[in-house]
This record gives sequence, structure tokens and C-alpha cells, in this order.
Amino acid sequence: MNYQFDFGWLFEYYPQIVKGIAITIELIAVGGVAGISLGIVCAWVRALGPAWLKPVVAAYVELIRNTPFLIQLFFIFFGLPSLGLQLGELQAANLAMVVNLGAYSSEIIRAGIQATPRGQFEAGASLAMSPFETFRHVVLVPSLERIWPALSSQVVIVMLGSAVVSQIAAEDLTFAANFIQSRTFRAFEAYIVSTAVYLLLAILLRQLLAMVGWAIFPKRAAR
Amino acid sequence: MLSRRLFVAVATIATTIGFGSVAKADALGDIEARGTLRVAVPQDFPPFGSVGPDMAPVGYDIDMANLIAEKMGVKVELVPVTSANRIPYLQTNKVDLVISSLGKNPDREKVIDFSTAYAPFYNGVFAPAEVALGKPEELTGKTVGVTRGAVEDLELTKIAPADAVIKRYEDNNGTISAFLSGQVEAVATGNVVAAAILAKNPPKRPELKFLIKNSPCYIGLSKEQPALLEKVNGIISAAKADGSLNAIAQKWLGTDLPADL
Repeated sequence: MNYQFDFGWLFEYYPQIVKGIAITIELIAVGGVAGISLGIVCAWVRALGPAWLKPVVAAYVELIRNTPFLIQLFFIFFGLPSLGLQLGELQAANLAMVVNLGAYSSEIIRAGIQATPRGQFEAGASLAMSPFETFRHVVLVPSLERIWPALSSQVVIVMLGSAVVSQIAAEDLTFAANFIQSRTFRAFEAYIVSTAVYLLLAILLRQLLAMVGWAIFPKRAAR
Repeated sequence: MLSRRLFVAVATIATTIGFGSVAKADALGDIEARGTLRVAVPQDFPPFGSVGPDMAPVGYDIDMANLIAEKMGVKVELVPVTSANRIPYLQTNKVDLVISSLGKNPDREKVIDFSTAYAPFYNGVFAPAEVALGKPEELTGKTVGVTRGAVEDLELTKIAPADAVIKRYEDNNGTISAFLSGQVEAVATGNVVAAAILAKNPPKRPELKFLIKNSPCYIGLSKEQPALLEKVNGIISAAKADGSLNAIAQKWLGTDLPADL
């Protein structure tokens, strides 16, 4: 290998990288929290919700799960302005990630809900809990506990998938790497740095989600 | 053995140079005697030259070649070239003229001569008519789209004020889409890209607001051919005066010729 590594540009361009990291973190923070919330609502509708709403949610979930994320992003950013909804690149990126994670996570959470034994619902009812209280305490929390590892993985996948938002000029970590590459022509080094940062972010995100899991499911932590 | 090979080589070179100088003696006379004008044209660079639906080359440069041949009173022979071999075609006397969106630079001026400019080629900032924008300083607070890493990105980054918002897209399609969907108020791009947008007759029509870099196209011809050069320049200035060159610009670039061309 005759390649001469040169990381000299790091000193000049590190603010770009820091800014990119901040935007990637912002995207996954908003996308993760709002996406899982949307997923819980959709999972409730599909498992226990009113019959008329089920096909609507099912259509949404299938539409999102069977189309590429990049196309969803382009649709929101380049397509919706024609319908009068003009979103900036960060708003569009956030919305695309929420909509995307909402659909995937709803399927994961629904699987957890549907694995709840019938007796658990009946136990809730026999304790004079309302249907909502039963769902909240008896169904949802144990369901989430069951599928938490799968859900965590999905959040990490969406975080890594957020790399494509650089296509609509959102200045995330991938944008920073591409930008530096276009200015310094140090493609290898720029992508080594961004790869390392993504790896670090993904590991930290998994740790964070594991800690959230311990906080929400104390029994699990005790085991 | 070696000396004999050397002799052949020298003889070959001498013959080549000899023929070359014979051909160079009076290129205009040769063209008129032959009755055809051989022109190197692009085939892969719309709107200057591309292959039309009937497989014949079409474009700004092809119209220009036809115009010059017509004014010379000879037939035209179009020779499709690539951007890499257009100057060698001229140097080896395979063509009489290169009309192939050729820009002028000192290196090229050492080996070939150039006519006056016949086509505009520039980067600039484009926006719809209603956007008030006349110079780089007025980009303050405006969003302008550009293709990341392109020449206009590097130049715009230098000249734009710090509070201008530059959105950098992956490729020309992203930049065009961002402009047409209203995500950016202006775009920095080449006049050829702007022409491609205009050709689609969009609701937002990009107009040139200010130039970033101007590098018009010239016709290339062999060195030391004053008669041919004079003839070509005469045809170009006549075509500018009578509006026929402007008609070609309107047809392929969707805009009038710049006044300073």
C-alpha cells in the first residue's frame, strides 16, 4: 500500500465535523423519541384499536416499510412543496425519520403486544383497571420489555440510515465528510473519520438505550 | 539495422511534417478546392452537441458548423470527437475547424489558434426575475443551492457573504430540484444547466443574476492560417450582427447572447 495518509485537514475542518455530529444526534434524538411514540400509537391501533382505523394504519405501515427511505425523504423535501408544504431540510429529515421509525417500530411493538397472554388482559380487568390503564401497565410495559432489544436495533439502524439526509443538503455527519472530501480530496481519511464517529455514536446509542431499558423495566435489571 | 530503422523513422517524421506544412500552407484554399468543411463537433455534450432521435448530431455547435459552411459556400462534414481528442484531430489535419464548446487557455493557445467567441459558457448565480440580486454581497440572508464540489461551489464559497446560506447538493439534479421546489431562492450553476432547466419550461425560470466565472467557447483552427481565421471571424461577426447567432443561442440555450460576447 503506497497511500500517504494526511489528516492535516482535521484542524481546519473539525468544526464542520462537530456540527455534523450535533445534527446527527439531534436527528436521532427527535426521530427516536417521536418515532417510537408514533410506533406505540400505531401498534395499539393495529392490535387493540377501533376497527375503522386499522386499515388506515396498516396502509401507512406497509407504504413506509415497502419503499426506500431515500425516496420518502425526497418525497417530503422535493415533492411536498408542490402541495404547498415547504419544509426545510432539517424539518424534512426529522419528519422522514419519525415517519420511517414509526412504521418499523409499530410492527416490532405490535409483535410484543400480540405475544401478551390473554390472561394478562383479564387480570387487569379483574383489578378494576380501565382499558387504558390495563394497556398502559399490564400490556405495554411488559410488551416493550420483550421487544426492547429489537427496538433498540431498529433505532440504531435508523440513526445509521440518517446518513442519506446529506442528499437534501442537511449538514449531518455524512455531509461533513462529503464536504471535506470535496475540498481536500482526502476521501479515504474523511470517511475513516466519519466511519469511526458513526461507530462510536452507534455504540453509545446502544448503551443509552440499554440504560433506558433498565430504568423502565427494573425487573429486567434485577434479573 | 539500427541506423536503417532510424532512417525510416526520421523519414516518416519528415514526411509527416512535410505534408503537415503543405496542408497548412492555405487551409482556406484547401477547403474551397475540396468543397467540404470538416468540423470536429461534440456528440456527448448537450446542448452543444448530442445525437438526435434520427442518430444525426444536433446542437449549438452543429448549427454553428452548418452556418459557417453555408457562408463559405461549401458542404459540411461533421466529425464527432470527444473533449480529449478534439485538439489532436485538428493538429493531425483530420478536421479544418474544432467547434466543440472549446474554451481558451494559454496551454491550448500554444498549439492552436482561436477565433472570436461564438457561444457563451459561464457559471453564475441564477434566480427567478422577481428575486432582487445583482452582486455577491446581495446574497445576504438568501439561500442559494449549488452542487457540492463543483467549480461554482468553490468560487461561490469565496465570494458569498458569511450570512448567505449555501445549500450544497449531491449532484446537479438535487440542485435543480431544490430550486424548482422552492427550497432555495437561487442556484449557482453553469449556463448550460440553466438552459436545461429552461428547456423543461418550468414555473420558476432561472435568470442570470451575476457571473461567477466566464469562459466562452471559441472555434479552434490550425496555427498560422490568417486567411481562414479572418474568414471564420468575419462569419461570426456577421452572424452576431444579423441575429442568426442569437437565434442559435435562443434555440439551444433558451436565452439571448450576452452583450459582451
